[in-house]
Amino acid sequence: MKRVALFITCVNDALFPETPKAVVRILERLGYDVDFPTAQTCCGQMHANSGYRRDAATLARAFDDVFGGYDAIVTPSGSCAAMARDQYPHLTGSAIGQRVHELSEFLIDVAGVEDVGAVFPHTVTYHPTCHGTRALGLGDKPLRLLRAVGGIDLIDLPAADQCCGFGGTFALKNSEVSSAMLADKCANAAGTGAEYLAAADNSCLTHIGGGTSRSGGPRPIHYAEILASTA
Amino acid sequence: MSTDAPAPRGDLVPAASLIPADAPFPKAAKVALGMPQLRANLAHATGTIRAKRAKVAGELDDWERLRDTAAAVKADVQRRLPELAVQFEANATAAGAVVHWARDAAEANAIAARLVREAGADEVVKVKSMATQEIELNEHFEAEGLKAFETDLAELIVQLAEDKPSHILVPAIHYNRTEIRDIFDRRMGDAPAGLTDDPAALAEAARLHLRRRFLSAKAAVSGANFAVAETGSLVVVESEGNGRMCLTMPETLISIVGIEKLLPSFADLEVFMQLLPRSSTGERMNPYTSVWTGVREGDGPQNVHVILLDNGRTGVLADEVGRQALSCIRCSACLNVCPVYERTGGHAYGHVYPGPIGAILAPQLEPGRHDDLPYASSLCGACYEVCPVKINIPEVLVHLRQQGPHAAGERAAMGAAEAVMARPRLWRTALRAARFGAMPWRRKGYMRRLPWPGSKWTVSRNLPVPPKESFRDWWKERDR
Repeated sequence: MKRVALFITCVNDALFPETPKAVVRILERLGYDVDFPTAQTCCGQMHANSGYRRDAATLARAFDDVFGGYDAIVTPSGSCAAMARDQYPHLTGSAIGQRVHELSEFLIDVAGVEDVGAVFPHTVTYHPTCHGTRALGLGDKPLRLLRAVGGIDLIDLPAADQCCGFGGTFALKNSEVSSAMLADKCANAAGTGAEYLAAADNSCLTHIGGGTSRSGGPRPIHYAEILASTA
Repeated sequence: MSTDAPAPRGDLVPAASLIPADAPFPKAAKVALGMPQLRANLAHATGTIRAKRAKVAGELDDWERLRDTAAAVKADVQRRLPELAVQFEANATAAGAVVHWARDAAEANAIAARLVREAGADEVVKVKSMATQEIELNEHFEAEGLKAFETDLAELIVQLAEDKPSHILVPAIHYNRTEIRDIFDRRMGDAPAGLTDDPAALAEAARLHLRRRFLSAKAAVSGANFAVAETGSLVVVESEGNGRMCLTMPETLISIVGIEKLLPSFADLEVFMQLLPRSSTGERMNPYTSVWTGVREGDGPQNVHVILLDNGRTGVLADEVGRQALSCIRCSACLNVCPVYERTGGHAYGHVYPGPIGAILAPQLEPGRHDDLPYASSLCGACYEVCPVKINIPEVLVHLRQQGPHAAGERAAMGAAEAVMARPRLWRTALRAARFGAMPWRRKGYMRRLPWPGSKWTVSRNLPVPPKESFRDWWKERDR
């Protein structure tokens, strides 16, 4: 059986167990043998992007130690995959990022499937998260997977390509600007009338959901959870 | 000229006077965010230019190859800058120009002021120029008893309003046409009676006002978009024709040019003249492109001076990651797509170069200042995506953040987080503790108010509560 390692990310480890569970279900449904190395923690992105290079390098090396033995590492985060692929070479010289696949990349480019046999009879709008779209170049891969879901009603999100204002510590350091960006994202999301807002990163969804849970609007959901749903 | 008749002073309040230039970015941004008219003007203008740029950039099949080529040319210039600068000097001098070298703003201003006096003038007309904004030439001239008149329409608006530019290309982007009408009416001195806010009427008023200046000016000051080493030529790219007037009518022309503007050969312009108009104004072709090489007898200015300006640039050149900021051709595409700039405008950045490019250029040109600017970004990457010379702005932002300095409290928090994350067992314990500690909130599902620094989050967003069962628990359970 084909073996893949699962990197769940620190955010999901702490807050969102349903997303990595969904990834396990999808991959096993497709016949993969999923391995979860329990020594994994964080890719180091928060430290790197906040300017703490040495701390980030320590965590990058730890990532290498944990995942070095796998040919394919799947993660439900465009941002963390981009960290490994774009920043590790400069931080530690590691090329392990070439083997780290964001879920939609793995499903479409490696497994060669777009229809994963999911059913989700709901209205959904999709927010293309910045690092996944721009740093990783996911393009419309997550959307292609969503379009193949049975019963789904996808609604376009206006100004979808605009950042939600999360940006890691940006949300705290420039709280006011971040909040202004979030307000526009939430208004656009609410305007779609969709039940769910899907994305490829739970950190961005924490931000958007943190806003819509106050101002009203669609419920945040990682697209992996939609792909894992069956009739 | 004495057309500066006392204008009625109304309640015009320049935006730059409301947004504190010396305050840290988050503070200044907060002020700008609280100005609804400013935000509406910015959102409208950036949205319009953004759409135009996307349309015309999308028309060229070889757009990506043009970007790659431009980036390669600029990287080559940065590797050979001393050699190219000397080559430019030799060729410009041979063509009749006088080349001056200025280490910093003070030297450049002093040379320019001396040249104006030598021309027997006490005022100059100006072509829009970021280099002269950078060295605060107008302010220096004023202190020396010289007058500098801006002739670019938007720069004229800003100058009349006694404001500061808020955008590299569209310095008056923060004004709408009604506000511009009021500025002209009260400050221009010779604005026609009953001036309306019709754009054509406003342009005509400016045109008549400026015409008198062009006809009487003995000296002009310009910058340059490009300086061609191979020929000693300077190039100015503009769209109103005011630049052409300044560059051809006065007897003396003084051009202040950052040394990073050099290009090796004339043929390189072919690449940049495709990229610049499409990236800046969203036009396929630039309306007025002026190229001049030294002096031509009986045609145009007979005293041609070029001041090559360093002002921190060689310092930037020494940083292998940061130096790509010197590739900038000042198109402003990064400002127009930036979600932060769109909401704050340029004044909040407290530097003549605002937006994403300013956030990487300002702290490098003035080391030790503007340390807050590299953080004025969510690292969304929209700037890098549109940059015609492929400056990897997010990469440089992160690079500059890594140079520090960092606040002690933050340093301690990040160190603690790293200490936990680098030890898997400790990490698991910390997560268990968080799940246990979150019990009181679990029924509500969200935490709505946290003490500082968590309050920076909960000011506008709820925070989800850690789950009862972690993924790890679930995994262990199903492994059995």
